[in-house]
Amino acid sequence: MNAVNRRIYLYNRYERFWHWSQALLVILMMITGFEVHGSYKLLGFGNAVNLHTVAAWTLLTLWAFTIFWQFTTDEWKQYIPSLKKVDAMVRYYAYGIFLNAPNPFHKTAAKKHNPLQRLAYLALLSMVSPVIWGSGLFYLFYSSWKSLGIDAWLSLEAVAFVHTAGAFMMLVFFIAHVYLTTTGHTPTAHIKTMVTGWEEVD
Amino acid sequence: MLSRLKFILPLMAAGALLAAPTASAVPAEPAAATAPQLETIIKPKASTADHSKFKELNRNFQTGPQVTEACLICHTEAAKQVQHTKHWTWESTDPKTGQVRGKKNIINNYCTSPVSNEKDCMACHAGYGWKDDKFDFKVEKNVDCLICHDQTGTYRKLPGDAGHPVYKRVEFPKGSGKFVEPADLKKVAQSIGMPTRSNCGSCHFFGAGGNGAKHGDLDASLQHPGKYLDVHMDEKGLNFTCTTCHATSSHEVSGSRYNVAAAVKGPAHIRGKQDESPAACQSCHSDKPHHEAMLNQHTEKLACQTCHIPEYARNEIGTEASWDWSQATIMGADGKPMVSKDSAGRRKFDSKKGTWVWDSYVIPEYRWYNGVSTYKVIGDKIDPSKTVQINEVGGAPGDADSRIWPTKVHRGKQPYDKVNNYLTVQHTAGEDHTALWHNYDWQKAIGAGMKAAKLPYSGEYGFVDTEMTWPITHMVAPKHDALACEQCHSKSGRLQGIEGVYLPSRDSNKWLDMIGWTLVMLSLIGILIHGGLRIYTGKNKGQHK
Ligand code: HEM
Repeated sequence: MNAVNRRIYLYNRYERFWHWSQALLVILMMITGFEVHGSYKLLGFGNAVNLHTVAAWTLLTLWAFTIFWQFTTDEWKQYIPSLKKVDAMVRYYAYGIFLNAPNPFHKTAAKKHNPLQRLAYLALLSMVSPVIWGSGLFYLFYSSWKSLGIDAWLSLEAVAFVHTAGAFMMLVFFIAHVYLTTTGHTPTAHIKTMVTGWEEVD
Repeated sequence: MLSRLKFILPLMAAGALLAAPTASAVPAEPAAATAPQLETIIKPKASTADHSKFKELNRNFQTGPQVTEACLICHTEAAKQVQHTKHWTWESTDPKTGQVRGKKNIINNYCTSPVSNEKDCMACHAGYGWKDDKFDFKVEKNVDCLICHDQTGTYRKLPGDAGHPVYKRVEFPKGSGKFVEPADLKKVAQSIGMPTRSNCGSCHFFGAGGNGAKHGDLDASLQHPGKYLDVHMDEKGLNFTCTTCHATSSHEVSGSRYNVAAAVKGPAHIRGKQDESPAACQSCHSDKPHHEAMLNQHTEKLACQTCHIPEYARNEIGTEASWDWSQATIMGADGKPMVSKDSAGRRKFDSKKGTWVWDSYVIPEYRWYNGVSTYKVIGDKIDPSKTVQINEVGGAPGDADSRIWPTKVHRGKQPYDKVNNYLTVQHTAGEDHTALWHNYDWQKAIGAGMKAAKLPYSGEYGFVDTEMTWPITHMVAPKHDALACEQCHSKSGRLQGIEGVYLPSRDSNKWLDMIGWTLVMLSLIGILIHGGLRIYTGKNKGQHK
């Protein structure tokens, strides 16, 4: 908090838009999804189904643009995993953070995510998302199963099982993710960065 | 940058908008997709024949059969046609199982059986003179044309006259001080028209001997129904008669609980098409009547009636939920027969008949059903240790011809032969010394009934619990009163006991839920501990080196 602070522009406008709209949609999908699942009553089953479905299509559209963006800007490389310094990160979160040890990772525009984050996001992209999307699309087109002959080899029960498993993974990711945003140099620093795009670094 | 965003936002919105209609599961506003709208319904037109101008009918008829003879002068084939129908034979053969059912052959858990009680029961027979097993089903003049075609509303048939109308002023019910006047048969004959709701209703609204008693979805309120009660028969709206759906040709009325079209598939029917089941909803509405694919897809599992008749007996008339014959012959404190009514004025107890429980606005019981019911016919063995099913409704989950149907289940307790293990036929109605309602003696009544049914009787009777299952199909509610999603899609919803479907919200994998929520709890506990430690060590206050 003094003159040595530098500010770097970490997240550009599209990136922030994409992040927050995705966050909103995922929260909405979790709220409505678990209502459809029968975990509680909130909006009413029919409303939950409708919202969940609209959110699914919106997310799909958002992703189409984002994938395009990732590749045209080379930002996809942010998710290439590296095992370097993973142990240092684990050690930092396991006890360094309590001892006021410095964060072993320094953000730069070229490397926005720490190695642990990279692994987590990659896992999300390569495991959780396909599970949710794959099962979600089958669920979405349930009314066409018969005409496509899908009902002969697939049951709604199985699709719902896989989808719900994905939803639980997403929820656990969400909890950990939100918590870890508070581990910046102030509890809200990371969140501010994602809002303004600017990160204060030392 | 800004311009890129401007470009993206509307596209996203458009994507979502495009998606929305495919998604919606709650009915969008006007949902009547295929059924013709009000303006296009043709009002009943006057006939081309005015029966009051026919000299054949300008006579003072003394009896019903005389009128029929006059009808047959012109309508040469009419009686033969009627004689092929259930309305005449009281018999129906199941096209799939071959079982011969019909009122004549089954024992139900209301009035049980007409056998030996014909003089009373045949008040609802479309004929004259069926008073015992000697009735000749070939005599054409004994077909009753008037009960279905009278338009004066004065033609009445009372119990005791074996299907003849009232010829002489008579007190009815006996001792009530109310009198029924004989109809002027000439006027009745000259009034002839197509059957109205009152014609059909004069029998079908009063099954089991009381308004609404039997069916639950048929009672006298359907004579002048409002939209709430019946969206099709609504007097100020579509104003359907019974025969609008129960389309009839050659006097063969379509649609019967004995042979239900339980899972009609395909598009709405058009004129000229061979129509197997005109009385089914789908014949006008098709099997895809909604705008939303997701709702239409429900028709693969559900009967239309399941959502669109959320309750039956939607009025104070109500319907009988149960009939306990074992209470019959119990007398009042003074040793005399007695009757009592419930708070809504419906029969509750009668020394002649036992006790009843009535219900209104009844939530149906749901069953997989393929339209085929197997009945207990006279002489069929029963297992008295279990509740006897008067009719087993066929069908199973996943079967292409079965749908989840709403039903009325009527619960009874009725006599059976304890040695031979079959339901008994009892002689209830009549003035003779064996009639239950005259002498209050079960032994004699069963003896006489079984004799008429030509069935051995051991002399030992008991009472057994029975259930009779009726598919519910009338009293279709306006669309806004149809079931909402969550009435089935919830843990304790309408379809709680229905197996063979995965019902989101009702069903889930218990193991997955347990593991999932445990992981969620563990991560919450984890961050609480981690965060707590961070606060406790007090070293995460933003100061850094
Ligand atoms: C964060 C993302 C998501 C979460 C947390 C989530 C969660 C859930 C849950 C818990 C259910 C209830 C499953 C059941 O018990 O039957 C559900 C239903 C469903 N999900 Fe998702 N879901 C997500 C994303 C998606 C996506 C991306 C799609 C489509 C591609 C989708 C389509 C569906 C559909 C179609 C249903 C069934 C409800 C309906 O009839 O519309 N979901 N979701």
